[in-house]
Amino acid sequence: MGIEEKLLPNGILLTTVEKLVNWSRKASFWPATFGLACCAIEMMATGAARYDLARFGMEVFRASPRQADLMIVAGRVSQKMAPVLRQIYDQMPEPKWVLSMGVCASSGGMFNNYAIVQGVDHVVPVDMYLPGCPPRPEMLLDAILKLHEKVMAEPLGERRAKTVAIAAAEGRGPKVQPGSMPSSYRYDKAKRAAWEKAVAEGTEEQLRISNWMQQAAQKAGGNQ
Amino acid sequence: MSEPVNGSDGQVVGGSVSGAAANMPDGSVTRGMFGVGGSGDTSGFGGLVRRTGVPAVSGRPVGVDEFDEVLDGLQDALETRPAGDDEGGDVEKAFLSFDEAIERIVVDRGELTLHIKPEHILDVCRALRDDEGLRYELCSSVSGVDYLNQDRRLHAVYHLTSMTYRRRLRLECAVTAEDPHLPSVSSVYPTADWQERETYDMFGIIFDGHPNLTRILMPDDWEGYPQRKDYPLGGVPVEYKGAEIPPPDQRRSYR
Amino acid sequence: MSQQNNPQDDIYGGRAGYAPERETTQGKVFTVTGGDWNDVVSGTDPIHDERIVVNMGPQHPSTHGVLRLILELEGETVTEARTVIGYLHTGIEKNLEFRNWTQGTTFVTRMDYLAPIFNETAYCLAVEKLLGITETIPERATTIRVLMMELNRIASHLVWLATTGMELGALSMMIYGFREREFILDIFELVSGLRMNMAYVRPGGVAQDVPPEAIKKIRELLDFMPKRIKEYENLLSNQPIWLQRTKGVAVLDVTGCLALGVTGPVLRSAGLAWDLRKTQPYCGYETYEFDVAVHSDADVWARYDVRLTEMRESLKIIEQALDRLKPGPVMVDDRKIAWPAQLAVGQDGIGNSLAHVAKIMGQSMESLIHHFKLVTEGFRVPAGQVYIAIEGPRGELGVHAVSDGGTRPFRVHYREPSFVNLQAIPAMAEGGLLADVIAGGASLDPVMGGCDR
Repeated sequence: MGIEEKLLPNGILLTTVEKLVNWSRKASFWPATFGLACCAIEMMATGAARYDLARFGMEVFRASPRQADLMIVAGRVSQKMAPVLRQIYDQMPEPKWVLSMGVCASSGGMFNNYAIVQGVDHVVPVDMYLPGCPPRPEMLLDAILKLHEKVMAEPLGERRAKTVAIAAAEGRGPKVQPGSMPSSYRYDKAKRAAWEKAVAEGTEEQLRISNWMQQAAQKAGGNQ
Repeated sequence: MSEPVNGSDGQVVGGSVSGAAANMPDGSVTRGMFGVGGSGDTSGFGGLVRRTGVPAVSGRPVGVDEFDEVLDGLQDALETRPAGDDEGGDVEKAFLSFDEAIERIVVDRGELTLHIKPEHILDVCRALRDDEGLRYELCSSVSGVDYLNQDRRLHAVYHLTSMTYRRRLRLECAVTAEDPHLPSVSSVYPTADWQERETYDMFGIIFDGHPNLTRILMPDDWEGYPQRKDYPLGGVPVEYKGAEIPPPDQRRSYR
Repeated sequence: MSQQNNPQDDIYGGRAGYAPERETTQGKVFTVTGGDWNDVVSGTDPIHDERIVVNMGPQHPSTHGVLRLILELEGETVTEARTVIGYLHTGIEKNLEFRNWTQGTTFVTRMDYLAPIFNETAYCLAVEKLLGITETIPERATTIRVLMMELNRIASHLVWLATTGMELGALSMMIYGFREREFILDIFELVSGLRMNMAYVRPGGVAQDVPPEAIKKIRELLDFMPKRIKEYENLLSNQPIWLQRTKGVAVLDVTGCLALGVTGPVLRSAGLAWDLRKTQPYCGYETYEFDVAVHSDADVWARYDVRLTEMRESLKIIEQALDRLKPGPVMVDDRKIAWPAQLAVGQDGIGNSLAHVAKIMGQSMESLIHHFKLVTEGFRVPAGQVYIAIEGPRGELGVHAVSDGGTRPFRVHYREPSFVNLQAIPAMAEGGLLADVIAGGASLDPVMGGCDR
């Protein structure tokens, strides 16, 4: 991934390559088995026949973290387990993502006590939080799809990421400002166009709210 | 809460506890306003003292046939079998009397509980397991309870099941927290191995003669015994929708 | 101690009490191995001896959950097996001391997460015995409890079949097992609202009644399930590879089982027909007609057979329970104990039915008081202690509940069958092959949530 960075450091052509690489990353997202407790059973159920994870290329739960991209921390992480969690995370090669499944992994859940780490983000950096006790397989699929969108929007290559970070630190580069375009809009052309129009008019927040309300009404309308 | 109030002579007095202290000529001091002292509970229900009622101690015979059978059988087994090492040798054979081994008998809710003196638990367990009329083959559970208000606060509770006679028995041994030693019954019931490790881990009861008394549930270098009553629950306050909610053991609750 | 002053002597370069570290081009790297690993390893010379120490760590696809096995191998034979647990310790028992008796159900249900109804029922039976209301629990509630328990037993055995099949190589068993389990989870969802960790059985009865759609679905299950179990039998029972991997493997005879306190299908596979539903019945089990599954070989195949038979017997019990469901209340009559909710799907998707809210707020002062007292404080349970044991899918599930007369449990201890059964792994594994450790461990059906609590 280095040639195009040397030739075109500003990354014009890079956008298509970036999309391609990100697409290939999200299309075969191999999870590492890190099922701990009840959420692990729901994770297994998601991989089973009814809620099929294989349609996302994720049915191979790699036992070895060296071959995995995604660590789904499913279940409550106890104090004894935390160093093991960190070790498995460190053994995963880049690029890697972490999805904390369930409230126990996201925040400690109902177990606010001495034995449980109150959120795995104390131990590993988390990309997606999924609440639920345990989250239904559909919720896990939703979280995985949102993570796909997030992966699609990532900058390519470590050097570019470093450049971006340096530029951001100096105040030049792209930073995620409050009110900037959500990553799920970047991926979708129609939503992106609507967003940019709204930015020009200064009504982007209203666009977000009306989109959300439409979604909620559709869901409610679909149910009844 | 504590504001300096000008006394009648213009003196500024600051109260550090509550209200202001007014200077009385003879030197005594009244504290607080409206006669409120202690907590703010003026209903009177806060000072209610009730006996919660503990299950009564039974004498023998206890009145339930099954339990009397067990107790008589146990008395026989203890007093006609030599206590201590059964392998013979030069150990002086001493017979254990029933009253020496058993401190208390409680019959409550259809269950029989025997409180055993800590040093005799091994002999009692052996008698219960080996005697033909008792045959408590299975040790279902060994656990601990912490009664903070008692002198001997750490109780080890043993539940025995007789598969032959389809009945259950509970044994309880009490030790202090300063000297929490109990003989291990893992030589009589090997299943008590991990259960005693868990009791040690959670309560700090040290079982002498246990093959491997180490922490089993907590990390190996953990300090403290989590399930004792004076060990905090250890939660963190949670911020939710702008408010901060304290951990469960520090919340205001209606007990 | 293996940590010496000269770090080069120790192959991990560690100092006592600290994680060994080394410098690499990327910075400092710490090797976190945990426990007495260095001591264990230093006892064996890795180069000259034929014995190697293998760590099947807490994260492993084949150990059920977070179980750590440290095996000393000579070639392929296991000479020593040590089990390390505690990686899922949640402190549930201590948590219960800070919640009231009814809230205990939601905590307790998450211990053994494959058999939540059993945890709940054992807890509620203990609370009801302490309260002294065991006789006044309505019959419909008891029947529903039996129904749900047996459904849960089938679901748990299906997960066992699925994971054991997968671990021994029959990967399609995983798909079939979870497919059937989805149907049972649908039934659970219809009855209680949740697929897992339902918090459905409450002290005094159950949370809400069984809707007629659920009864229909259960009858459907009774229709097709026997054929499916026959399918699994045809798939596995006489399959040569399955037989080779399970016959004569991980044998633990009756003496060993009793000494180690192992109960449940493992004890029954060794020949002793000890089933608490028959020997010390509860919840009306003495009135149901069913047989106890027993086998005499005491190996993995015997335990597989026992569990398959148990699934069939559970279907029988479910049918009998369905037939004797008569209309009636599902919560005890005593308003000072019964959880004051008539659940229905309201306008916001949750909560109480409007009629019930109207009753509390408008019509009945007693209802309002009961609701207030029960929800804020909870009911008081007279002082004392009880021990209740029920037959869970893994063995004797016991609850030792101590009350000090208050609204919170003073101490609740769970005698979990997984915890006790796991002590048998060294007895089963030592002397066998490495692959048999997996088979033996799988046949014990440990659930680490129950083991570590």
